[in-house]
Amino acid sequence: MYGKGILKGLSVTWKRFWDTYTEDISWMLRGKKRYNTEEGIRHRSSKDTKGIFTVQYPEEQLIVPEEFRYVPFLVYDEGADGKKEIRCTSCGICSKVCPPQCIWIVRTNDPSTGRPVPVPTNFYVDMDICMNCGFCAEYCPFDAIKMDHDFDIASYDRNVYNLDKLLKPAKYYAEIRPENYTREEEARKAKEAAKAAKAEAAAA
Amino acid sequence: MATPVQTQTVDLVARFPGMVTADARPGYTGFIVNKENLVEVATAIRDEFGFDLLTAVTGVDYLAENKMEVVYHAYKTTGGPGLVFRVQVERVDPVEVPSLINIWPGVDFQEREAWDLLGIKFTGHPDLRRILMWEGYEGHPLRKDWKEPFFEEEAKPFKSRWPDGQHTFAENKNPFRDNLKFPADFDPEKFEVVNEDGLYASLERHTMKNEEGSLNTDHIVVNMGPHHPSTHGVLRVAVTLDGETIIGLKPVMGYLHRNHDKIGERNTYLQVIPYTDRLDYFNSMSNNFGYVTTVEKLMKIQVAERAEYIRVIMAELSRIQNHLIFIGMLMNDLGTMYTPSLYAFEERELVLDIFEAVSGARMMCNYFRFGGVVRDIPDYVMQKIKDLVLERLPAKTDEMERFLNENEILVARLKGIHVLNAEDAIKYSVTGPVLRATGVPYDLRRADPYSIYDRFDFDVAVRQNGDMMDNYLIRFDEIRQSLRILEQALKQIPQGPINSQKPQYQVRVPAGEAYGRIESPKGELAFYVVSNGKPNPYRYHVRPASFVNLTAVESMCIGSKIADFVALLAMLDIVMGELDR
Ligand code: SF4
Ligand code: SF4
Repeated sequence: MYGKGILKGLSVTWKRFWDTYTEDISWMLRGKKRYNTEEGIRHRSSKDTKGIFTVQYPEEQLIVPEEFRYVPFLVYDEGADGKKEIRCTSCGICSKVCPPQCIWIVRTNDPSTGRPVPVPTNFYVDMDICMNCGFCAEYCPFDAIKMDHDFDIASYDRNVYNLDKLLKPAKYYAEIRPENYTREEEARKAKEAAKAAKAEAAAA
Repeated sequence: MATPVQTQTVDLVARFPGMVTADARPGYTGFIVNKENLVEVATAIRDEFGFDLLTAVTGVDYLAENKMEVVYHAYKTTGGPGLVFRVQVERVDPVEVPSLINIWPGVDFQEREAWDLLGIKFTGHPDLRRILMWEGYEGHPLRKDWKEPFFEEEAKPFKSRWPDGQHTFAENKNPFRDNLKFPADFDPEKFEVVNEDGLYASLERHTMKNEEGSLNTDHIVVNMGPHHPSTHGVLRVAVTLDGETIIGLKPVMGYLHRNHDKIGERNTYLQVIPYTDRLDYFNSMSNNFGYVTTVEKLMKIQVAERAEYIRVIMAELSRIQNHLIFIGMLMNDLGTMYTPSLYAFEERELVLDIFEAVSGARMMCNYFRFGGVVRDIPDYVMQKIKDLVLERLPAKTDEMERFLNENEILVARLKGIHVLNAEDAIKYSVTGPVLRATGVPYDLRRADPYSIYDRFDFDVAVRQNGDMMDNYLIRFDEIRQSLRILEQALKQIPQGPINSQKPQYQVRVPAGEAYGRIESPKGELAFYVVSNGKPNPYRYHVRPASFVNLTAVESMCIGSKIADFVALLAMLDIVMGELDR
């Protein structure tokens, strides 16, 4: 019969159309909210998703995974009396590895000796050029530069971030990337412990 | 698993004494053919030795040796290792090399590209115009002595970034100053958009003449694009029509050209990886795969066992979503606006969720490294992959088939509309699903296995008719085979490290050349890399499937109706990021 194939196809469309409503009703009967809740959004991007699939940005936002990367930021630890202890030593590796070469670093020199001091005087990242590759964070030996999750950075100007604008506390980093943070802290502690043990052994 | 060693299967030197010499440079393989004998030797390579598929034509500028070289990579569609042969000519303009277009018509666009970017004149090529740059452009940008606007240094990293990296905008430093060349009589005020006589003249050549005694009809030239709503990017096609029948056709491309090759040559080996993401932006995982395999060949390193499996998993997931989108977009091209394509996008989103969770980005994954991958797959993502592969994707593929395959309108549009036959497909160096739909079971995962594909049990999808229906159905077959590979990979994947190398931001690559090819969802994606031992590739060339497959578009479409043209073009599954580079 001519048209059978079309009808068969339409049955798929029809089913998918109704799925939205059956899902809605089943969520309602279970007393759960399908929209504007984390649970609902997660379900909509799981293997069981049925019916409506879209997430109504900006009212709803997809939950990004930990590894999600947008643009880089610099991490500082909060020292005593709120002093910002910048982790970056201005070693320059990130600016060398950056594929579009959008990181500019001014290294600090000690005014009396002229020798480099391990802290940057200034640090620029041209966010309009940054290709979000994540190399800087991957190859920084001091865990000083990390990739941010905040992607709403559209603006009327060009986005050249300087040191001030790049700095974010380690607390924030721990919040967006808890697993990475814990792993790195553990590694750091282990390293320090090993160092202390070595020093002790040398002293004894 | 090491990549299979390319063994020399033929001895050209013995067959052509005095015309061919073996390439003795360390790290190089293959033969150097005298320019005068190129056509003769090439004919023998095709007819006597059976290398029917010429996949790549690459120009290389050896500035220091004052030489230009054209490298050819020929393969057999029955499988097995390839043959590399090359010609070397003095680097004095005009640099002339005989064209091989009469032996392998598939070299058409690639020779035009080498002319355009390197200024190698292929004598005997009937239509040697610029292809990626515009007509009237001055210079050949891939030559080693050519410098781009905003040129800073020969190679990255630039010294101005550290230790005294004061930020400056590039345009302030060099606003079109000394390194943008214009033709001598160039006047911006009087600039005519483009001189298109060449294009229309080339159309003329392919326009069939009216038969003697038949009714004389007028032919009209229609320009489709560069903004045709259903294009897969910005492509322009000039067609000559006789009524509704296409009698001449020429694609015009380059609107998205950024000289990816040159960028690659300025980059370090590592820095190229994220740029490859931007080639075929639907399949950044496959692009990464192709590039790192090539460089690993040069570096002669092993890939960590677990990483091999992760790579295969990612590449096959990528293939599945690519084919689903192909099906959806084809429906768009046929006029079924958006319902099927959005169904396809739904599954693609779920696959991209996986990519995002492992690599950090949905499309620009930048996930592969030399020797392995960046990071392991977290457990919850592994679970999600299993859920998709074992449950959801097979069911959704079935649903898609139920949804479309028997639709009478679709069948009427696709069945019996000829795309290519096997002979033409091979002649035009077409690879991938389009070639396999003509009955040639040529899949690099089997024919020239790379990575660990030889460990999996799967069938090469083939269809026999070469019509649109087969081209469409073969995508479903391939999805099924990919799911089969994935099932096995997920079962077999061992624990262990995910990179055989220490993470390092600058790798050492021994001097030499390598040609690495993979079966990307669109066809053969290959990279040709020449290293001279420095931190940056000396020559970096991409052989994209979209670009070479498009060579066949002319012979595919001539004689068919204009209404079918958009669908025929869709069959090639081109993506402009890769085509224009
Ligand atoms: S951010 Fe890291 S890699 Fe970059 S200069 Fe600072 S310490 Fe070095
Ligand atoms: S993410 Fe990549 S492009 Fe952006 S600053 Fe870091 S290295 Fe450079």
